[in-house]
Amino acid sequence: MIPEIGQFALILALLLALTQGVLPIVGAARAIPAWIRVARPAAQGQFVFVAIAFGCLAWSFVANDFSVLNVATNSNSQLPAQYRFAATWGSHEGSLLLWVLMLNVWTVAVTVFSRHLPEEMVARVVGVMGLVSVGFLLFMLLTSNPFERLFPAAPDGRDLNPLLQDPGMVIHPPMLYMGYVGFSVAFAFAIAALLGGRLDATWARWSRPWTTLAWCFLTLGIMLGSWWAYYELGWGGWWFWDPVENASFMPWLFGTALIHSLAVTEKRGSFKSWTVLLAICAFSLSLLGTFLVRSGVLTSVHAFATDPKRGIFILAFLTVVIGGSLTLFAWRAPRVGLGGKFDLVSRESMLLANNVLLAVAAGSVLLGTLYPLFLDALNLGKISVGPPYFDAVFVPLMTPAVFLMGIGPLARWKEASLPELAVRLKWALGVSLITALLLPFVMGRWTPLVAFGLLLAAWIIATSAVALKYRLSRHEGSLWARLAAQPRSYYGMLLAHCGVAVFIIGVTLVKGYETERDVRMAVGDSVTVGSYAFRFDGVKEITGPNYRGSRGAIDVSRDGRHIEVLHPEKRVYNVQQMPMTEAAIDTGIFGDLYVSLGEPVSGGAWSVRVYHKPFVTWIWGGCIIMALGGLLALCDRRYRVPARRSEAIAAAGGKKRAGMSGAAG
Amino acid sequence: MVIIAAGLGVLALASALVLNAFRSNLVFFFSPSQVAANQAPQGKAFRIGGLVETGSVKRADDGLTVGFRVTDTAHTIAVVYTGILPDLFKEGKGVVAQGRLGADGVFAATEVLAKHDENYMPPDAAHAIEQAQKAQQSVISK
Repeated sequence: MIPEIGQFALILALLLALTQGVLPIVGAARAIPAWIRVARPAAQGQFVFVAIAFGCLAWSFVANDFSVLNVATNSNSQLPAQYRFAATWGSHEGSLLLWVLMLNVWTVAVTVFSRHLPEEMVARVVGVMGLVSVGFLLFMLLTSNPFERLFPAAPDGRDLNPLLQDPGMVIHPPMLYMGYVGFSVAFAFAIAALLGGRLDATWARWSRPWTTLAWCFLTLGIMLGSWWAYYELGWGGWWFWDPVENASFMPWLFGTALIHSLAVTEKRGSFKSWTVLLAICAFSLSLLGTFLVRSGVLTSVHAFATDPKRGIFILAFLTVVIGGSLTLFAWRAPRVGLGGKFDLVSRESMLLANNVLLAVAAGSVLLGTLYPLFLDALNLGKISVGPPYFDAVFVPLMTPAVFLMGIGPLARWKEASLPELAVRLKWALGVSLITALLLPFVMGRWTPLVAFGLLLAAWIIATSAVALKYRLSRHEGSLWARLAAQPRSYYGMLLAHCGVAVFIIGVTLVKGYETERDVRMAVGDSVTVGSYAFRFDGVKEITGPNYRGSRGAIDVSRDGRHIEVLHPEKRVYNVQQMPMTEAAIDTGIFGDLYVSLGEPVSGGAWSVRVYHKPFVTWIWGGCIIMALGGLLALCDRRYRVPARRSEAIAAAGGKKRAGMSGAAG
Repeated sequence: MVIIAAGLGVLALASALVLNAFRSNLVFFFSPSQVAANQAPQGKAFRIGGLVETGSVKRADDGLTVGFRVTDTAHTIAVVYTGILPDLFKEGKGVVAQGRLGADGVFAATEVLAKHDENYMPPDAAHAIEQAQKAQQSVISK
């Protein structure tokens, strides 16, 4: 019964989505107020039905209804309840439902927080999001029904992939999808602007907070995925340039370009067409990413082709969305115009250069990800494009981007002078060079790679400090008053840039100074990694709720002083008989100690991975700081437009306090 | 105008980087049959895939060096690897290894992958076996 309710809810949601996608857009074009007003209630109604459908599927999982095919293939009665709930989005079908739910959350948010926008604009934005929803709901109902029944019902389920039975995997997909789907708002705003022919600074101001929020979610989603891979896969890697990761990274690169381009459009009215194009690209790659990961095309191009219904639908949908929006762009962009002019040396030109670099980087990642698929699909041979390709392309492209990232915030809009910039930046350059030359010696060993990475990181931090100093020098009053006078979005930018620096430090130091030892250890054996001694004290048998396994004890000491005992585990999950490595990690600000069990070799001895990963947490810390920077920028007072007009007097009184808390953040 | 030129410059630079990186970092896949037919390159890294032959896994005394044989049911190839094998490495199951072919005909793996679907079969390995079986069938039918 419950699954059928979910199914009906999905069909009703599809009908509402069609209404939401057609009436408001036509209404806005033909100026029919009644049709325009349909946008909000239709979107909110659709949300209710999608939420019901999602609730029904989650209930089927939690209540172990193995007469539902999706539940029978992705869950098991032994699975702990929180993972049964998370299994709702563990499968292809369930993840599509999560996607649509997220899309509806964003749409409802747009309908609620858009009271100050012109009604036609809201109608178009909500309408475009409705059309996207139509595509996904149709895809689900026609090819990937999450509520499909299984007759006769299975006695028990095939269990969730043990790799996904982890708290990180419970929150990673929703975060990532919030990011992916969030770009649909930027996309819808861009399409609405093209349809309406109105694309100006106000438009950029409206779509900016949505884009920034989506970017924050995506940043956190990618970070969680990377962190999960690090502790769950058992061999201490944090990024593999795997197609699945690339699928989330490409929209991030375009999204990063987009939030910077939007800044220019808002402040200077320039880059209009470019901004629209980026919004289209970011969302298109989000769609591509969703399908790449979820359609099975990566596991095997040929398996994908054996179920042509899905593949054809996906290709058709991508063609309609990407092709349609690019056609609209080609047709309407000339009317939108390019926007204000600027000099070759100006903040605009630097932001444009960075935009191009980010877009080209995303393009090269796309090429490396899709090329093997194309060759395979055309039967031209099987190849793999590994991390060396991506490292070789990505680092040279990002180096000038990081360099410009330091200069950009200091350059004037429209027209900057190189000598003036040089004067301002000479200290920052000196400080970064000295850091790069000396700091590696303090860390232990000087290598060109470490020096180079630290140079980039120090450059970002030093230039951010210089930028803040010059910005403050233009104001008067005490230091606190001057700090408080800066908008939060400015601090958000500095914070996010420093997040990139922290990230670079993490990557550089872990690549430069990590120690990895794979060793055979009998009971009582010791191995020294870095300045730490690890002693293997044997393993014990353990039994978990849905697995059995061995739990090792490894005593860690430094200079003869006992520090702790680490307990890595090797589990075999009962249902799928799949072995799993649970690493034991001592996390620290200055480095992680990472121990994981390989396999029993002989006479009670095990092969063991013993790693020291200096500063590895800075990689994810940097991502969190970037996301916090984005959130801080979101809190900027100018996005709360309605409050500004009606409460102008109150705001004047509260200005100081708001500014103070911004500075503290 | 200058900006367009600069943009083209970036693109040219990127294309150069991509082409260069492609040339040196593409790793091709060969099945044991192809290796047996001397189609695989000497002294260049490539990937092989197939099933781990049952009973072929031998461990050296150091506990970390492992020798095993990979088969596509038509031909087999000896592989040696030092390190910890992935969780899903099993005799009789699919495997993909990356490395170089030595002069002695032993494939020295630098990486052993056991990424796969629930049927314990990496797609590349499945492909190799499928090809070998097709080839055998066509021989028999002749």
